[in-house]
Amino acid sequence: MSILIQIAYLISSILFIVGIKKLGKTKSAREGNIYSAVGMLIAIAATLVTLDILSFVEIFVCILIGGAIGLYISQKVEMTKIPEMVALFNGFGGLASFAVALSDHFLKTQSVNTYPDSVNAISIIVSVLIGGITFTGSMIAYLKLDGKISGSPITFKGQHPLNLILLIAFIAAGVLAYLNPGDPIYMIGLIVISLLLGILTVIPIGGADMPVVISLLNSYSGMAACATGFILNNNVLIVAGSLVGASGIILTQIMCKAMNRSLTNVLLGGFGQTVAGPAVDGPQIVVKEIGVEETAMLFDAASSVLIVPGYGMAVAQAQHVIRELMEQCEKRNIDFKFAIHPVAGRMPGHMNVLLAEANISYDKLIEMESINDEFPSTDLVFVVGANDVVNPAARTNPESPIYGMPILNADKAKTVIVSKRSMAKGYAGIENELFGYPNCLMLFGDAKQTITKVVSELKEM
Amino acid sequence: MNADSLLILIYILVLASYLGFELITKVPPTLHTPLMSGSNAISGITIVGALVACNELGYGSLSKWLGMLALILATINVVGGYMVTDRMLKMFKKK
Repeated sequence: MSILIQIAYLISSILFIVGIKKLGKTKSAREGNIYSAVGMLIAIAATLVTLDILSFVEIFVCILIGGAIGLYISQKVEMTKIPEMVALFNGFGGLASFAVALSDHFLKTQSVNTYPDSVNAISIIVSVLIGGITFTGSMIAYLKLDGKISGSPITFKGQHPLNLILLIAFIAAGVLAYLNPGDPIYMIGLIVISLLLGILTVIPIGGADMPVVISLLNSYSGMAACATGFILNNNVLIVAGSLVGASGIILTQIMCKAMNRSLTNVLLGGFGQTVAGPAVDGPQIVVKEIGVEETAMLFDAASSVLIVPGYGMAVAQAQHVIRELMEQCEKRNIDFKFAIHPVAGRMPGHMNVLLAEANISYDKLIEMESINDEFPSTDLVFVVGANDVVNPAARTNPESPIYGMPILNADKAKTVIVSKRSMAKGYAGIENELFGYPNCLMLFGDAKQTITKVVSELKEM
Repeated sequence: MNADSLLILIYILVLASYLGFELITKVPPTLHTPLMSGSNAISGITIVGALVACNELGYGSLSKWLGMLALILATINVVGGYMVTDRMLKMFKKK
């Protein structure tokens, strides 16, 4: 019996791996997701077989509740809100591992009174630490992304020493919990500290750095599952957990590289606060405005157009009207593509999903490295709701806080139109030199409304 | 758990992580968001642990309640994660 279950877990692990491999190609991605889901189903079915039939009612009820909530969220969530959903799910994953670890601990120490062996005891402590941090950290990330709490960094004096002290306290309490497994007080201490650490490590991180934070928490949720695998001596938990852990780490690295920041720098937080010094308020930038009709004329006259989308496009829900703009341009045989910066939006790949939702073919969406050489030969660049990712200060001004960050070379195009609500600064809190460049024109107003007008102008031409 | 079985688990951890790095480095940026929601679903593998934890007899014990909580949460991740990933991937089209 047991060997059959082990074989089932092996098959699940293989399906997870093949699923992730297939997820790496746009054509086979959907199939890959289904492979992975089948793997999960097999793992669940194999586990159910081992269980006592008496607990099936509770299990059935829990699965029904969880399944209904999951189904509801997955169907109702708007594509602009995917970062919030991923943050929430990271937190659920962390809390689930946390609860499994504690369940195992209390079962052994309170109900059965057999003391856990050292591997088990240490795995439980690690799982509580990672699970707890993932849970509260993700909840803070969720609240920040959703605007329920301010996205700006929350910092106070002695923040980092406090976190360090808490971590040391956790290790101390961990040793005590290990030495006195029967006494719940130490485990309660571990729970409280891990939950506090999650809150305290995420509050100093600003809204613009959320892509990094949710990638990292994604990784943690996998590591928490991994630690649970060590508690239960279960291979499939370790395989699946490591895949998720690796995935989150890679995305975290990509995001950090795209912002030219180290992970430590992101995690220490407070970015965008310290830069409001005099170096930033340099000479006032004089911008040139453009109206809707002239914008339409420029589109009509162009032979190549590149769109640079940013989070502002998502906020204005302008992706659908941009597709209409694309249709108008393609009717005129204008080469129309999108230049996607890796940190555009609030999570890795966010822009791609939004544009795919608007029915825009994915081969029109070009990565930064591949598109950057095309800007000088492009007639018109249209920046919609992006700011820091096109700021030439990243190349030219060593004083700038974003100096060294790889950017889209929008400024090198013949003409740049920037659709923007107002002259508000980007997330880094700095002026954008581009707006004052001679080839740059500002189209002020809500992106969705102004682009709709541009499209109707184009239709009349 | 003895040292042998711990070593086997560590082997699995190291090899699976390495494989994960190799596979995921090749995922193009276009698919990063579905990759993340898909990994939300995979991290729901804790459901296996939750099922075991739920299996404790004796109603009302703390362990059982924790197991049930974990089961609900992990199921949300599994069902929600896979469904939303599918919903997204369905939209990725090439014309």
